[in-house]
Amino acid sequence: MKRIVTSFALALLTLQACKQTPGDNAKATTENSAMDIKVSGETETQAKLNPPMVPAAIGNRAAKKVVVHLEATEEEGVLADGVTYKFWTFNSTVPGTFIRIRVGDEVELHLKNASNSVMPHNIDLHAVNGPGGGAEATNVAPGKEAIFNFKALNPGLFVYHCAAAPVPLHIANGMYGLILVEPEGGLPKVDREYYIMQGEFYTKGKTDEKGLQEFDQDKGVDERPTYVVFNGKKNALMGADALEAKVGETVRMFVGNGGPNLVSSFHVIGEIFDRVYVEGGTTINKNIQTTVIPAGGAAMVEFKVEEPGNYILVDHSIFRAFNKGAIGMLKVTGEKNPKIFHKVQ
Amino acid sequence: MFKIFKIFLYFGGFFFLLTACDKVSAFNSTKESAKSDNKEVSINPDVKMVLIKGGEYQPFYGEDSSLVQVQDFLLDEKPVTNKEFLDFVQKNPKWKRSHVKAVFADDTYLKDWQNDETLPKNADPNAAVTFVSWFAAKAYAKSAGKRLPTLDEWEYVAMADEESANARDKSTYSAHLINLYNQKEREKNAVKISQPNYYGVYNMFDLVWEWTDDFNSIMTTSDSRTAEFDDKGLFCASAATSTTDVLNYASFMRYAFRSSLKANYTVGNLGFRCAKDVTK
Ligand SMILES: [Cu+2]
Repeated sequence: MKRIVTSFALALLTLQACKQTPGDNAKATTENSAMDIKVSGETETQAKLNPPMVPAAIGNRAAKKVVVHLEATEEEGVLADGVTYKFWTFNSTVPGTFIRIRVGDEVELHLKNASNSVMPHNIDLHAVNGPGGGAEATNVAPGKEAIFNFKALNPGLFVYHCAAAPVPLHIANGMYGLILVEPEGGLPKVDREYYIMQGEFYTKGKTDEKGLQEFDQDKGVDERPTYVVFNGKKNALMGADALEAKVGETVRMFVGNGGPNLVSSFHVIGEIFDRVYVEGGTTINKNIQTTVIPAGGAAMVEFKVEEPGNYILVDHSIFRAFNKGAIGMLKVTGEKNPKIFHKVQ
Repeated sequence: MFKIFKIFLYFGGFFFLLTACDKVSAFNSTKESAKSDNKEVSINPDVKMVLIKGGEYQPFYGEDSSLVQVQDFLLDEKPVTNKEFLDFVQKNPKWKRSHVKAVFADDTYLKDWQNDETLPKNADPNAAVTFVSWFAAKAYAKSAGKRLPTLDEWEYVAMADEESANARDKSTYSAHLINLYNQKEREKNAVKISQPNYYGVYNMFDLVWEWTDDFNSIMTTSDSRTAEFDDKGLFCASAATSTTDVLNYASFMRYAFRSSLKANYTVGNLGFRCAKDVTK
């Protein structure tokens, strides 16, 4: 036991150390200039859209004040066909509402905890420079609300999650989402944008065992998930809920990984990512087949779709895809293009 | 007012460290004197108190080696009920919803009550009272000639399951509680329906969270991951850096809940029960 405690503490220390390591010069410069950006214009209240939808691109607007409302809830929902689970959420969806701002924006974040919650909840946004990413400022009892302000200094795609004790349980129950901080002038325009977040669930029963499933702590600790899914549910992006695009369009996917444990090898079968914003940061890698998305991390992938058909999104750790649910679909419609692809016989 | 209270807590914390770990009563009386402005009218709730035989216990936070001595004490066998709290409010009008000061109870105090002296619609008079602040709970206990249990006392009793005084090592203990804690609206049920624990104490887990006297005297910083304590620790072991049982999620939940509270907070699934010293 002592060993577990020690290694746990060590891990925490390491995490802390990482957080406090001053960035390289480039980062410092960005941060400093971002710090000086003045906000102007009308305060925006962020729209609440359900995943896989995201709010409109920021374009070339000036930095401004943005109000974000999140509500921590605990509610029973569908995890797979005939399988229910008691999810803990931000704004009643897994992942939580996508937050979209730009560098220099000043965010006033309201975290309410639903009055019928049993647990306290809080929020740690990886986009925040400050203690606990806001967790310390937002630990909120059922029925109460916490408010804190932060200025977005680093552009990128970041995870947010609940960090109330016991942290692994809050994350395992679905308390995570993404916040996008666009650079000045905005990201390049694309035709379609989607919000996808991978996460694991650990249930007492086997995969697809019917009924209300309880959380299984041992499986969580052993990192043996019963489900690995996109957007909080097996088949959340399949059938009628598949993503859509038309031939010739460029698709951008904001892909996050809530974990709590697994690293994702994100891949779209039949497509090559033209551009990947590696780890959600500023570096762009090109012509990528599969990109790694760490637990508590994210990536933006962009690709042009040239040929109609069904493109399957997977975690290429492939048992997860076909047995545990890490699978989704992008339906591309439009003219066939035999030059690019055609079956000969 | 809250600031003064906080200063007392800090002060108390230091005082505490200077003396031995078990001088809980001294700590309390320091705080008591801070707000003895007007007296509560006494009440006499009909509740059995169970003698808890003291002993050494391993607090959830602290070094592996730091045991805390819990003295013998008496604990209410069940949480304070709606009916009992109504009686208290009737005899102590300053604790009526319309009279209470915001520093002592926030704006959800007795929120569901139909008025100052009428319980919520469809509420079971024998269900645990909720939406009560720490100040209100404290006042109730005082008027009953009792006090709130300390966090150590409460957690000491919470180690028990139905068969044994210390069930913390049973793998089922934490798992059972996690699932129990995940159920909503448990607070609506009447007290004493479920089985009592080893000591004969009911409803430690299955109805409401409960105030303890020193609910915020030790905890992780409210960011649970930094594994450091505020300096108002309840242990002598100041070098303690982590939890003694990282897998006891149920305890984590209770500590996390307590750390989200302020003394004037009132919450829909938070009640209390009283304790008392054993008179020799
Ligand atoms: Cu949470």
